[in-house]
Amino acid sequence: MATEADTGLAFHPMEQFVVKPLFGDGPIYWYTPTNATLWMGLTLLAIIALLVFGTRGRAIIPSRVQSIAEMLYGMVHKMVEDVTGKDGLKYFPFVMTLFCFILFANYLGLLPKSFSTTSQIAVTGVLALMVFVGVTVLGFVKNGTHFLGLFWVNSAPLALRPVLAVIELISYFVRPVSHSIRLAGNVMAGHAVIKVFAAFAAIAWIAPLAVLGIVGVYALEVMVCIIQAYVFTILTCVYLKDALHPSH
Amino acid sequence: MFSLLQQAASTAAETDTHAAPANAEAAAAAAAGQGADAAHAVEAAGAAAHAGEAAQSAGMPQLDVSTFGNQIFWLLVTLAVLYWVLSKVALPRIGAIISDRQGAITGDLMQAEEFKKKAKDAEAAYGKALADARTEAGKIIAAQKAEIQTELNTAIDKADAEISARAGESEKRIAAIRDSATADARSVAREVTAELVRAFGGKADEAAIDAAVDARLKGAA
Repeated sequence: MATEADTGLAFHPMEQFVVKPLFGDGPIYWYTPTNATLWMGLTLLAIIALLVFGTRGRAIIPSRVQSIAEMLYGMVHKMVEDVTGKDGLKYFPFVMTLFCFILFANYLGLLPKSFSTTSQIAVTGVLALMVFVGVTVLGFVKNGTHFLGLFWVNSAPLALRPVLAVIELISYFVRPVSHSIRLAGNVMAGHAVIKVFAAFAAIAWIAPLAVLGIVGVYALEVMVCIIQAYVFTILTCVYLKDALHPSH
Repeated sequence: MFSLLQQAASTAAETDTHAAPANAEAAAAAAAGQGADAAHAVEAAGAAAHAGEAAQSAGMPQLDVSTFGNQIFWLLVTLAVLYWVLSKVALPRIGAIISDRQGAITGDLMQAEEFKKKAKDAEAAYGKALADARTEAGKIIAAQKAEIQTELNTAIDKADAEISARAGESEKRIAAIRDSATADARSVAREVTAELVRAFGGKADEAAIDAAVDARLKGAA
């Protein structure tokens, strides 16, 4: 690489996203414990630590950890109730699972040397597909063919309706794509930019600027982590609402 | 672009050592830098990108299909465990804590309301008792006053009657004294007149003397 040879810079912003086996160097089978496995497990443990061990006191006057757990619970519960209505609360555990997993995976990914599971298209794609398939099946089970009314805009002039139906249909099938790529893209971009700044920090005269840049991007990432988890969850709620109440 | 291609090649080559054959092919294609082959590699990677972006895509570890099965498997395991823990343990517990607290708060509020009502009732009862006591006292005072007044009246009446009786008696006695005094004066006058007539050698005619004395006394009176 020409630039590397000249300046001694080593740009490997994407290396952090490589899935590697935890033990040895062998091939990756579906069951191989990898760094993805490790960080998913840590995400799981962190969530259990907060939501299960944090609340084991069952105190009327909550401890600090318990009030954080309650805040998360209250936030997602209110979101589900506000967006989907009372009948959507049946799916609250599912939404909470998604929210907690994404939130904790995002924040654990901010630790140096960690692996961001939510930066992987495979992971966010599965999450988005779960929502997409689940919501579509639920829509048909709950409303039958009436669910197709989602694509037939009754408030529009009759001539426009077929056109709108095509647009609605396309936008419906694009949902899982945008849903997953939004999350993975945001997490990946921030991490990659931090890596690039870190590489620049090797040059003495530019190092202060690079470090400042890292701090700035990191701060932005801290915000992006919760915002993306929130966005993913609230979109899940909106899709759920479409499935439960498909009227426009 | 060239450096990107090279970088992609090196990244792909790194994964090559422990990746599935499909990825090795992609790496080889990217390393060769041939547009058509690169596009083929990306196809193998399951992404629809045109030839120019092919190398860059190959440089994204996220698009390495060989790791997808592994990630998806572990993700599903994680999500299943997480869902189970949340729906069976964490969420019911937190929900119970929150509803308990809500119950405790509403209970306390209701109790406070009750106490407030009780205090209000007690105040009302106190006011009523005070008013009752006041009217009672007023009644008692009025009754006492009336009693005293009647007692006083009877006493005054009695005294009046006694005084008038005494006055009548005294008057009678005075009248008797006056009568007896008149009678005494008459008898003294008669005797004196009779003695005077006798002293002058007359014969004292009792009837004439009486008449004369009565006439004189009448005139004097």
